Amino acid sequence: MTTMKLSDLAKTIRSKNAGTDKITFDVIFREAAAYEQVKRSRALTRQSVSQLLKINPNRITDFVEYDPAYAIKFTILRDRPSGSAGDGDIFGAQQYAPLLDIEIALDS
Amino acid sequence: MKSLKIICPNGHLGFAPLKVESFRLGVAAKPDYIAADSGSDDIGPVPLGTDTCASPAAWQEHDLEHMLLAARELDVPMLIGSAGDTGTNSRVDMYVEMIRKIARRHDLPPFRIGWFYSEVDRELVRTQIRSGTAVAGLDARPDLTEDELDATTRVVAMAGVHPFVELLKQECDVIIGGRSSDSAIFAAPALYHGFPEAQAYYLGKVLECASFCAEPYGAKETVLGKITEDWVEVTAMHPGQRCTVASVAGHAMYERSNPYHEYVAGGMLDMTDCHYRQVSEKTTRVTGMRFVPATELRVKLEGSGKVGERFVGMAGIRDPYTIANVDEVIAWSRAQVIERFGPDGWELHYNVFGRDGIMGPLEPLRDKPGHELLVVVQGLAPTREMAEEVTMTGTRQLFYARLPDVKGTAGGVSFVLDEVLPASPAHRWTLNHTMRIDDPLSLFPTQTATIGETATSDA
Repeated sequence: MTTMKLSDLAKTIRSKNAGTDKITFDVIFREAAAYEQVKRSRALTRQSVSQLLKINPNRITDFVEYDPAYAIKFTILRDRPSGSAGDGDIFGAQQYAPLLDIEIALDS
Repeated sequence: MKSLKIICPNGHLGFAPLKVESFRLGVAAKPDYIAADSGSDDIGPVPLGTDTCASPAAWQEHDLEHMLLAARELDVPMLIGSAGDTGTNSRVDMYVEMIRKIARRHDLPPFRIGWFYSEVDRELVRTQIRSGTAVAGLDARPDLTEDELDATTRVVAMAGVHPFVELLKQECDVIIGGRSSDSAIFAAPALYHGFPEAQAYYLGKVLECASFCAEPYGAKETVLGKITEDWVEVTAMHPGQRCTVASVAGHAMYERSNPYHEYVAGGMLDMTDCHYRQVSEKTTRVTGMRFVPATELRVKLEGSGKVGERFVGMAGIRDPYTIANVDEVIAWSRAQVIERFGPDGWELHYNVFGRDGIMGPLEPLRDKPGHELLVVVQGLAPTREMAEEVTMTGTRQLFYARLPDVKGTAGGVSFVLDEVLPASPAHRWTLNHTMRIDDPLSLFPTQTATIGETATSDA
């Protein structure tokens, strides 16, 4: 089976605070084909993300396939509020890196 | 009024300066309002707790100056929310003073300024708790307790459109807001002129981060929003940027946990059935937004509480054996602090960069550290003297850690600086809650003044 990395299919992969207690992740595609391909592959789901980040699925508060923007978006609860002493990423802006290498199975 | 145009030059005024070229193009498009938010809770809890800014005054004044001069030249109102990053009372006063100073410097003809405050007395919040009205936690937080309130240094409430509309009714030319919901700053003028709530709040939603709704990526560029009874259009002002279906729809996601719903004081903007259409090269039109009024009026509260004085130390590690055993090295240092100060009354935090310093427990590659590490040490304690000693012990003892098989017995870590550095006092977000209010203006007292009439009348 042929696979591609998510970073080769997506235009934007980013993370950022959504308020003080959550970090939200956006994976945005340039066109419908790549977006639909990733959706069909089931490689980016609530389940796969909770495994990748080693968190209980109930810490994922939202998981949305957002058709108008060809985007997959999910949000996690932080283990403590942003900017608490020891928080290594106050803006939550560098939490997306593990998503880059997710392997997406190509079905055509 | 059939349509209304607002420009936004900066998504977080002061945090980095606005870009002048696209702002001028925006001004040339003859907007009816110029508006920007100046706040964010991204900056962490320290500025709110210590009542300071995260942005340099020079950058804040730079943006205020450009906006004020343009607004007075066009004779249109200028609206700023969340003055000085946090929107505390002192930050509002500081922005009002900056406006006075800029007006004097340019000898501007008289104009009316209005401002409102957002700080909330902790005792008012306590009264709510005691009355049995829950101060409800957001984002899985429990309802607020008095203990947590006691641990809080400062609280601001997030204003909706109400104080802005009130000051527009009083014909203010410049409005400086305390902590504000960013979309409300733009929705307020639209509502004031009678446009529907759905379109008004959508206008705010799409404009609040300026050029983040345009592509290619480029922050701090001006965008122009236009509202009618039926739709909102957004246009990039920078010659190299466009507002496309993808960029505008994509922006609905930005910094929000969910791309469909945006909550404000008074209701919820529902973007589920939004339809996006490219109407020209640089402009996208949006229809289909809805607004669902809230059954009760709740305002969001942000609170920050001091945890302790803080120093920071740093240590590098290059020996692969020490890297493999960095947790033991840290445990050794921590044990030395316990020996000196006992188990409680201080905190040590270690971020191990090169292993999991950025992602902590979320890091999938935690078992594959790099060939060199940087350990950042934060020591917290009630006094500066103690925090310094905790941090110094927690850092320098990394050097003396006793690993059984280490070859390098002359020192276990490298130092860039053999010292610890004073840092801002550590704080934490204690409040991310909502509180019920009856009168939407009760938490946001407004004031007005005339600037420039005579030397003294604006006091």
